[in-house]
Amino acid sequence: MKQKRSVLLKIYAALIFIFLYAPILVLVVFSFNSSNSTAQMSGLSLKWYSELAHDSATLQAFKNTMILAVLSAVISGVLGTVSAVGIDNMKHKWLKNATRGITNIPMMNPDIVTGISMMLLFVFAGRMLGKTGVLGFSTMLIAHITFCLPYVILSVLPKLRQIDPNLSEAAQDLGCTPLQSFFKVVLPAILPGVITGIMMAFTLSLDDFVISYFVSGPAAQTLPIRIFSMTKKRVTPDMYALSTIMFFAILVLMLLINYAQVRGEKKTAAKKA
Amino acid sequence: MKKGTSLGARLLAAPHLVWSAIFVVVPLLVVAFYAFTDSSGAFTFNNIKEINNYAGTFALSIWLGLIATAICLVLAYPLAYFISQSKFNVQQTMITLVMLPMWMNFLLRTYSWMTILENNGLINTFLTWIGLQPLHMINTRGAVVLGMVYDFIPYMILPIYSVMVKLDHSLVEACQDLGGNRIDVFRRVLLPNSVPGVVSGITMVFVPSVSTFYISQKLGGTSTALIGDVIESKFMTSNNYHGGAALSLVLMVLILICMAVMNRFSGEDDLENGRLTV
Repeated sequence: MKQKRSVLLKIYAALIFIFLYAPILVLVVFSFNSSNSTAQMSGLSLKWYSELAHDSATLQAFKNTMILAVLSAVISGVLGTVSAVGIDNMKHKWLKNATRGITNIPMMNPDIVTGISMMLLFVFAGRMLGKTGVLGFSTMLIAHITFCLPYVILSVLPKLRQIDPNLSEAAQDLGCTPLQSFFKVVLPAILPGVITGIMMAFTLSLDDFVISYFVSGPAAQTLPIRIFSMTKKRVTPDMYALSTIMFFAILVLMLLINYAQVRGEKKTAAKKA
Repeated sequence: MKKGTSLGARLLAAPHLVWSAIFVVVPLLVVAFYAFTDSSGAFTFNNIKEINNYAGTFALSIWLGLIATAICLVLAYPLAYFISQSKFNVQQTMITLVMLPMWMNFLLRTYSWMTILENNGLINTFLTWIGLQPLHMINTRGAVVLGMVYDFIPYMILPIYSVMVKLDHSLVEACQDLGGNRIDVFRRVLLPNSVPGVVSGITMVFVPSVSTFYISQKLGGTSTALIGDVIESKFMTSNNYHGGAALSLVLMVLILICMAVMNRFSGEDDLENGRLTV
């Protein structure tokens, strides 16, 4: 009886995974198509990959996306960690709650509302300063930092709560300045949370389309925006080639992280034994 | 003297608060400002009144969003349970598999569905090949819901999984020892303990589904315009910032009301619990 049930669950899980991966498989297969159809296979070729290598607009968009993701991950990582420490030290409950409320807004709001609210702010501020065409890379960076910050703060805060407050006091009693005690005691303890936060910020920034779409302006294009403008027309398989490359790059990255985690798990288990 | 909570340490949150005030709170005020003014800057209710024209669009967006959320919940719950019951290594692999599609650009994933569902797309090519009548799937509401379910189902699986994996299995055994059958285990142990995950899953699927514009453009065609499409075209095509701002304001308020109702039902405010696992 039990056996039968678990077989059914396995089949069910397999079906869901097929559903999740079918469109991706379609993308990968058609990226090797020799004609420019995305529905009919006419032969295998690497034509779209070489086409991609010569598409300077797409490559530039890719570069913009990476720079934007790294910058917003690092800036929101630092700013978020510092603020998390500040929030953790807040004494007044109402202040803590108010801060939490503000932190939650960008996560609760639909992306489209966040996007247009920032676009309107920039346009409005531009009009006040008598400037046009304010939208560009820097407004996109500001927007990305804004929507990444809450995720960093919320992954650092739980780690801060786990720290024994006496530790940093002990460090200071032993002659550390508050800053030294932060770097020597607090930071190592919260580092996993900080790294998770930065990773999350990086992926969110990399994948964001809706918010970037509204605050980017015509000059600065990221990859998702480029893909959007291309899918307005009939898509050629070079976009498929690009996403195939990205998919496998991410797959390798995830496998490496997974491997490192399993190894770390084994190490701690060995230490405990 | 307690050194950890010096004034300096508390002031550390100040940059974040200032940043959020400027780039989160003020923009929402600017949206409200645009919603209640006309192009000359004079106060008006006209933008809000015009929303009446879009009542049907709002209703359709919420309706399709609700259907997509319900389907995601029904599909994701058993899978999350299955993953949480597997061995550690298998768990890790399956969670990675759930997250991996989220790293693929969602525009392309949606576009890929277009080529699958089209009138001369993959499914219909297959159907004609085995001698069946081709189906009309693209540019229907069903296709839009399918796209929503496909794009957002990981956001349902992950939070439910993360609460289920923390569930103490001895609770299940205790329930069985006390004479409970499988339905009792589900109703009295599994379900109550997974509520926080379900609530954040529902939020994370419902909000992007209701406000989407890309999915409906690609899979729904012109007949299935959602509220996101209307807002997008107001800003990007017709340059009617004031009308668009009014629509966004109403959308935001509607979603906040939905959230508040749901949090009331679940009786707890445990959002960050599930959010964090993504």
